[in-house]
Amino acid sequence: MTQNPENSGRNTPVPSAATLEKELEKGWRDHRSGARPSSVSSVTEDDGDGRMVMNFGPQHPATHGTLRSVFTLEGESIVEADVEIGYLHTGFEKLGEHMTYQQWVTVSDRMNYLSAINNNVGYSVAVEELLGIEVPPRCAALRVIMCELSRIADHVLCVGLQGMDLGAFSVMLWSFEKRELVYDIIEAVCGARLTTSWTRVGGIIRDVPEFFPDLVYSFLDEFPPIIEEIHGMLLNNKIFVDRVKDIGKISTEQALSYGLTGPVGRASGLTMDVRKDSPYLGYDKYDFKVPSQTEGDSFARYMQRMEEIEQSLEIIRQAMATLPQGEVVHDDFKTSLPEKDAVYNDMESLIHHFKLVMLGHGIRPDKGQSIYSATEAPCGELGFFIASDGSDTPYRLRVRPPSLYNYGLFPRLAEGGMISDAVAILSSFHVIAGELDR
Amino acid sequence: MSDSGTPLLDFFFAALRAIVIFAAVLQIVPALVYFERRLAAWIQDRIGPNQVGPVGLLQPLADVIKLAFKEDLTPEGVDKWIYRLGPALVYAPAILAFTVIPVGMDLQVASFDVGVIFLLTIGGFSVYGLAFGGWASNNKYSLLGGLRASAQLISYEVALGLSVIAILMTAETVDLNSIIRQQWAPGAAGLLEWNLFQQPLAAFIFLVAAFAETNRLPFDLPECEAELVGGFHTEYTGLKFAMFFMGEYVAMITMSALMVTMFLGGWSLPWVEIPTSPSIGDVALSVGIFMGKLVLLLFFYIWVRWTLPRFRYDQLMNIGWKVFIPLSLLNLGLTALSGVLGWNWLIPLPW
Repeated sequence: MTQNPENSGRNTPVPSAATLEKELEKGWRDHRSGARPSSVSSVTEDDGDGRMVMNFGPQHPATHGTLRSVFTLEGESIVEADVEIGYLHTGFEKLGEHMTYQQWVTVSDRMNYLSAINNNVGYSVAVEELLGIEVPPRCAALRVIMCELSRIADHVLCVGLQGMDLGAFSVMLWSFEKRELVYDIIEAVCGARLTTSWTRVGGIIRDVPEFFPDLVYSFLDEFPPIIEEIHGMLLNNKIFVDRVKDIGKISTEQALSYGLTGPVGRASGLTMDVRKDSPYLGYDKYDFKVPSQTEGDSFARYMQRMEEIEQSLEIIRQAMATLPQGEVVHDDFKTSLPEKDAVYNDMESLIHHFKLVMLGHGIRPDKGQSIYSATEAPCGELGFFIASDGSDTPYRLRVRPPSLYNYGLFPRLAEGGMISDAVAILSSFHVIAGELDR
Repeated sequence: MSDSGTPLLDFFFAALRAIVIFAAVLQIVPALVYFERRLAAWIQDRIGPNQVGPVGLLQPLADVIKLAFKEDLTPEGVDKWIYRLGPALVYAPAILAFTVIPVGMDLQVASFDVGVIFLLTIGGFSVYGLAFGGWASNNKYSLLGGLRASAQLISYEVALGLSVIAILMTAETVDLNSIIRQQWAPGAAGLLEWNLFQQPLAAFIFLVAAFAETNRLPFDLPECEAELVGGFHTEYTGLKFAMFFMGEYVAMITMSALMVTMFLGGWSLPWVEIPTSPSIGDVALSVGIFMGKLVLLLFFYIWVRWTLPRFRYDQLMNIGWKVFIPLSLLNLGLTALSGVLGWNWLIPLPW
């Protein structure tokens, strides 16, 4: 009996972890600079150029997720930096081709778990634009309020993490404490805290509870002091300011050419904000400013986020004052789910529910229709491209995650700095790995 | 505490003192860990450890038991002996340095004529432990942590030593008990006799350098978790890690104790007379005073740690070499000048 070629590999020795690591490092060097000496620099081996290749991630405390950067170090200075993404690739986009338009809402909040509501809303807005439906005014106002609350939670966390990565751990926990107020509201509204799945195509899961205004108003009272507290801990602190000033400078041209959006882009002099430039959900009704900085360093990004928090508070105040009454779901039940109560007690609603939930009857945009719709998520422009082939599931669903674009510039900024600077830059970008890798 | 005349009894007393004081220091470490965690929780609006034992007091004990039963991992490719030596070389100097600290009236493990000099010499050894630990771990984070530790400790030791020398020049002795006695004067005005007020610049330099020497925030670069994961102790587990940990805390206690002795009047208080032939009660009182000052200083350490962010490596070096060493040299020069001219250099200044 001839030997099966697949089995012949069993007797070859398995390479040790150290060998594999060496090969990997060699691969990195070749990948970046072509012809390089084949020896590698580990701790005990010296290849003569005095450089060392260090993995910064995928598992590293400062990445707050699974980002991988590879630094070539000379002492502590980063000579070359490279990033590799894909460690948290989950196939969310591909999943979209196998799930109905309603079902994918639950996936959207797994992408950016720190501002799940914004992702829910962004996706729902995209599908609604594709279908050409408009949500009732109460639903739009509630979505705006929740989006801004979520944005505040995201920004205050990012600022706290910026402090934590530089060693000011208390700032992070203080910001977490106030962020909890937002999560109380989210929990009251949809029952979940992290994976909210709050929106539906054509509306939201259900109307907010009666005590919702109390919660939001008490939040508006209790939250603002933390802004002063964080400023007091960080802004008046020479160590912090020295660590972030002039670190990771991005010029306006760079920001444009790398497609930076959100606080990162606006900290570099861009003034674009989807909420102002192409208003959705009636953002044009609210009076708010789009702050922007000119310096483009980590410090400017810190200031930018703090100023945006204040604008978001302003939007919430206005939206709460003008919160309309009425339905929260679009009244065409060919596309939006009727309320659960009605489903159990009303035959029409039961039929609508059945047809929407069972495959082959639900939301079916016309064949060939496609749309790119963007909303302003806390990290930047969150875009969804949806193409329909006339079936229940999208033909293609693609996401433009702000984190991916923001992260693209990171290696260029890290080069020339020290390891500590790379940490200070990365924390100011607020890259969410789940969103980046989708 | 004085010589009894018979060598055997002397030996017995010395051994007893050594055991009691070392045991006490080792007991302070878990207490300090608990103190730090509760304080940190208080600063950060948390609760902190409160489950193990009454109000969480047994938490450090539980931690030690946990660490003792952890698997003692030795990573692949390490230099085994140096890897094992590292924690010991951090821990031993820290506790050895404590021998010369008078914790109460003339109460110390060993009274050398070289008191402070011995402390600084032995304390400097801990840099080997950090460097060995970082180098032997065969881990790049550890290596960088070890390098940072050696550079930092060596730089700040200079400033620390120079600020101590300024005190020794005015005291004209290296015996810590005499330095304490010189800082004593009756009444509230006696507070001004403390070297903290006599030598404010030296006190400030010493305080900052002590933070750097003990790798505490804002100088905790060797182990800063956001950049180097765990720094020099990334690869250490179980009791080896515990040794590093204990070493850091004992060093913190030693440095605080030295600060209390050199600048805050040690075991004396202006309102408490120093008797020439102390009774047991007097000694106990002086130990209490010393402990009170020590706790206040440790509180300050912890307070700073949970408030400030950390420096960058080059900033740290800049501050060390371009600010603190020139400042301490200036202080040394001023002290020498005032010694020659016979006045306290502080008095002519506006404040």
